[in-house]
Order: sequence, then C-alpha cells, then structure tokens
Amino acid sequence: MSDWSERRVRVGDDEITLLEAGSGKPLLVFHDELGPTSWQRWHGELAKTRRLIMPLIPGFKGERIGWIRSVRDLAAVYSHVLRQERLAPIDVLGFSLGGWIAAEMLAANPGQFGKAALVAPFGIKPSEGFIMDFFPMAAADYVKHSVADVEAVEGFATLYGPASPEQYENWEDARTECARLAWEPYMHNQSLEGLLRGVSDVPVLLFWGEKDAILPESAVQAYLRSISGSRVHIFKECGHRPEVEHPQEFLAALNRFFA
Amino acid sequence: MQIGYFVEQQYSPVPEEAIFKNGGFFGLPNEHFDPAVGAKLYHRYIGEYLEAERVGFDLMVLNEHHANPACMSNVISIEASILAYNSTKARIVMLGSPLPILKNPLRAAEELAMIDMISGGRLVPGIIRGAAWEQVASNTNPAFNRELFDEAHDFLIKAWTTPGPWRYEGKHFHYRFVNPWAKPLQKKPPIWIPGVISPETVIWAAEHGYPYVALATELQATAHMWNLYGETAQKAGYQVGPENFGYFQKLIVADSEEEAYELGKGHIYGGSFTPTRFGTLPGYNSKDAVRNYATKFYAAVSPKMTHQEDKEEQRKALLAHYDKLHASGHIITGTPKTVLPKLRKVLETLRPGILTIWGPEGPVPPEKTLRMMELMGKDVLPVLREFGKEFDLTDPFQKEPGTRPLPASGKWEPLVTAQAAA
Repeated sequence: MSDWSERRVRVGDDEITLLEAGSGKPLLVFHDELGPTSWQRWHGELAKTRRLIMPLIPGFKGERIGWIRSVRDLAAVYSHVLRQERLAPIDVLGFSLGGWIAAEMLAANPGQFGKAALVAPFGIKPSEGFIMDFFPMAAADYVKHSVADVEAVEGFATLYGPASPEQYENWEDARTECARLAWEPYMHNQSLEGLLRGVSDVPVLLFWGEKDAILPESAVQAYLRSISGSRVHIFKECGHRPEVEHPQEFLAALNRFFA
Repeated sequence: MQIGYFVEQQYSPVPEEAIFKNGGFFGLPNEHFDPAVGAKLYHRYIGEYLEAERVGFDLMVLNEHHANPACMSNVISIEASILAYNSTKARIVMLGSPLPILKNPLRAAEELAMIDMISGGRLVPGIIRGAAWEQVASNTNPAFNRELFDEAHDFLIKAWTTPGPWRYEGKHFHYRFVNPWAKPLQKKPPIWIPGVISPETVIWAAEHGYPYVALATELQATAHMWNLYGETAQKAGYQVGPENFGYFQKLIVADSEEEAYELGKGHIYGGSFTPTRFGTLPGYNSKDAVRNYATKFYAAVSPKMTHQEDKEEQRKALLAHYDKLHASGHIITGTPKTVLPKLRKVLETLRPGILTIWGPEGPVPPEKTLRMMELMGKDVLPVLREFGKEFDLTDPFQKEPGTRPLPASGKWEPLVTAQAAA
C-alpha cells in the first residue's frame, strides 16, 4: 500500500516527477539504483511528521532527460528543483545511489541542506574492495545481495512490489539509466572526495550495515574523513538496507538525528 | 554467389567439465589457457583459412570475441592482416570490426585501410555492435552501444572519404586532427552486417544498403527478417536481391555419414556461450526488445533459470539438443553426396548471394578439417556454384547492393516467402 501522490514539475525544458507523502517539515528522499521500493514501514513512520518529497530519477519508469550524462548533472537538476520549489534549506535522506546524489548536492552547495542522512552512499571509490557491480547480474540477484539475510527481512519478496513483467522492465530501465550515469568510473566520482572537504556547518550522519556486501566500509570511512564533523551509525547483522533490515533502530537513529 | 569459410577458432583443449562448471564459455578463468598450445592453434587456424582459399572458397570469414575459449580471435584485424599478405585470391571478410568496443574509429579507419591495401583491395570490412558480453570484457558502456556504433560508422565513412585534415567533435568521439595517411584501395569498401536477426540491426542494414548476413539462424525466422529488410529497402527506394543477403550454414563433410555426424558434435561442445548467472546487460537491447522479453519470457522462465551442474547430465542434454539441431538442418553433416541436396534446399529457400560454410568446431583433429576442405573443393563447391546459377544468386560483387530498382508499381517483390521456409 502506498501513500505517494505524484506531481510533475517543469525544470527548464524538461520535467521531473516528484513523489510526495505525509505532512510536516519537508524531507527530501533520494531512492536507490533500482528505483523506489514499495511502501515500507519507515515511509509510514516518517510520513506521520514529515512531508516526504522523492524525485524519481529521469529514465526510471519514464521519459529520460537525454542531456544528463552524470550523477553530478542530475544533482544540479535537483538543486534547480529545490530553488524553484523554494524548498531550501531542506533535510535530505539518500539511499545508496541516492546517497551519492545527496553528496554531490552537498559538495556543490551545502547551504541547500539542513541535515543530511546518507545510507550506504555510493560516490567515493573505496580504498579497499569494490562497490558491487550490479550491471553484469540480474536485478533480482542484486536485490538478494543487498540484505544480510533474505529470510530475516519481512516482505523481502515484494520489496519492489510483486515480481512481474512490469517490475522487470522497470528494473531494466533503472539499470540502463544507471549505466548511462555511472558505468565508468563505476558508481563513483573521482573529484567528489576532494569537493566534500569544503563542506562545513551541515550535520551529516552516515548509516552502514557491518555485513554490507555492496558498499565496502572503506568508502564510508572516506566520507567520514572528507566531511568535517560527520558521524556514522553502524548496524550489526545488517547489509545494505538498514531501513528494512532493522527498521526500528533505523527510525530511532534517524529521528534523533533530525530532531 | 560468393562462398565463404568460417570457424570460431576454438581453444579446444579446454576441459568441457570446466566450461560446464562455469556455466558457459564466457568468463571461464584463463588459467586454462596455455600460450604454447595457443601458438600452435593460431598457426593451425590461419593455415586452414589459407587452405580454404586454395581449395576454392571465395571468402575467408573472420570474427572476434573476448574473455572466453570459444573464439581465439581476440583482435580480428591481426588475423585479417596476416591473411591479407599471405593469400592471393579470396576476399577477407571481417564480421566484423566491433566498433563500439574499439572505442577509436579513426584507428579502425587506418587499420582497415591498411589491410585493404595490403590485400590488393580484397577486404570486406564488416562492422558489428559487439555481442553483449564483449561490452563487459572491454568495459564499453552497453547503454550507449548503439549510439557508439552509429557514430563510429559515420565517422569511419567520413574518414575514408573526406580529404583531411579536419576536426571532429562528436558525442562519444573527439579528434583534433583527422588526416589518415592510409586510405582503402577500394573506392567503396563493401560493408556487410552480420547478426542473429535483431530487427533493429536488419532495418539499419537495409537503410544503408549493406548486405545482412544471418549467422546460422532458423530458416523461417530468417525469411521473416529478409522480408523486413525488403520492406525497409522499399522505403529507401530500392528492390532487394540475393546480393543483399548472406547466410551461415553449419556443415560437416566427411568420408562417411557416421564420421560426419560424430564430428558435428563439436558444435555443441561446452554448451552455451554466456552463463545464465550474468543476466542481461543494461541498455544493450532496445526498449522494445526488453519489453518483448519481459512480457513473453520473463514471467515464464525467470524463476527456474538454473544450469545443470552434473557433467553427465549436461552432456546428455547437449547430445539430445544436437540431434534436434541435426534434424532441423541447423547443422548439416554427411558426405558430399548427402549434404548437397540439403544445401540446395537452404539456397532455394533463402536465396542468399553469400553462403558461408561454418566448419568444424570443438576438439576436431586438424586432419579431419583438412579432409573436409579437400572434399569441399573437389565435390561440393563446384555443385554449389551450379546451384547459385540455377537460383540466380547474384552476389554483392556482381550487383552493388541497393542499386536494384523497384518494380514500376513501386511495390517491392519478396525474395523469399516465410511459407517456403516453414
């Protein structure tokens, strides 16, 4: 069950889809590399007190914006949306690829954010290990790798909705757009780490599961070194998705941070 | 009709069990590759191409693959160069230069021009997008594969035809100074496009008037694609003829039926090319193709996609598959006398101006391949040429593809019917 409503906003000559739910102080949410998940418990809890605003990456489930060639381009478009909608400064929550988008926006203009929560964010090359390459594998397999224990996650089989031809097509759209944005270098930007060193006065909290098979810990450490004053919350017995693997702990930590 | 010879040039000593364990050829760890063995095999395969020329084949047909033992030809232009210098009559057909994964169309323009000059104008510089997994092996973005192919193709033609120096700023390629001091000897190098009947590629080939070469695809599906090509050709203002089409036929010829049948099993050695665990690459296929797969196949097959772990069971399944391929004519085996009627049927059905014989694959002793060549030259090729005349199979060197006028009605005439192929 989803409480999202959909709104199209014009940016220059193009349009962006915003999914919105809840009411209260706005919270910008960036989905991961496979697109928005189905309506999860954390959505419902946050939507009680926050107006969630989640842009759908152009190309995911719809018409793409052909001139966007990088995650940094995409971040610039989203900054445009914030200016246009008069949403800045706004708190942000980004997951995986979405964490990278938030980090690019943070690096370009820290003033557009109140606080930033980045969940296992891509964007920086790990000094040890690699970000799991999800292009040469089936999307369904990648989803399995994204949690520490498939059996332990309630509703795992329908995390992105029921398995169907439509879901397959959506995932292929998402993977294709991700390839356009971040095939090489894979899921990171070599200049992001340097740019983040200039960020100050924005509280940043990272989330990372100690059994994350997708993002190595060294990438999280690099974020902590780069962003002055940033902190990390580490989840035990958890993979790449603390929000569904440990929703209570995730929500408690997030609410403390945003309070 | 032009008749070609082709083999994948397999690194045959690789244990089949290792291929099964890997789930297919692509990505098999190269710990199994021994350069000393590889050196001998390269000499063998190059020698076989030269022998093909000697026994009377018109074309030495080459390809390229990476990161697997199914095809040792990693750099097609190297083999083409060697053949250009060492052969005298047969055309060298590259099927083809994988333009997206080369990532440097200026270099390709120079290499192909050099080969054409060295060969005395015998090069057929076919071009390809590169199979899906070649994108991984070369780190080429599959989501831009078609864009890369289109832009590289246009650049290639311009580099051959526009006097330099000039500057180029494209989307994917950028050159400050285009001034190749190597130009093809042929005024218009004959580009051919191979494929496994992807509609997008068939349409693209027809729009450009390039012959489309179907790689051993099922006859009826191939006939449908010939018709798609013909309809597209009509829109482009020309009538198709046999010169617009090529076909690969897997064929084993030996002194006895039984021996040929056994040798033919090399074509199923190791099973599939790509292990299923790799899934599909994002953006390599068109949106329509993805939708087609999603709606027609995904729901039915995805939950059960596994590969057989047991070696004996794998082998049994492959042999059963071989018999099906044999029964359908996908692989033809026999003596010259018994294969000729079957080849005649293929030519009569598809009416291609180019027929490429796909020779022995797998762990086939070299003397068996050479014996097949001998039988081909003596007893098969002369009769095939007669069939070519009987069915009026004009080839691209007799009639330039794309120059056949449409009938006065403006409506194209089909070359084949899908019913005939059924």
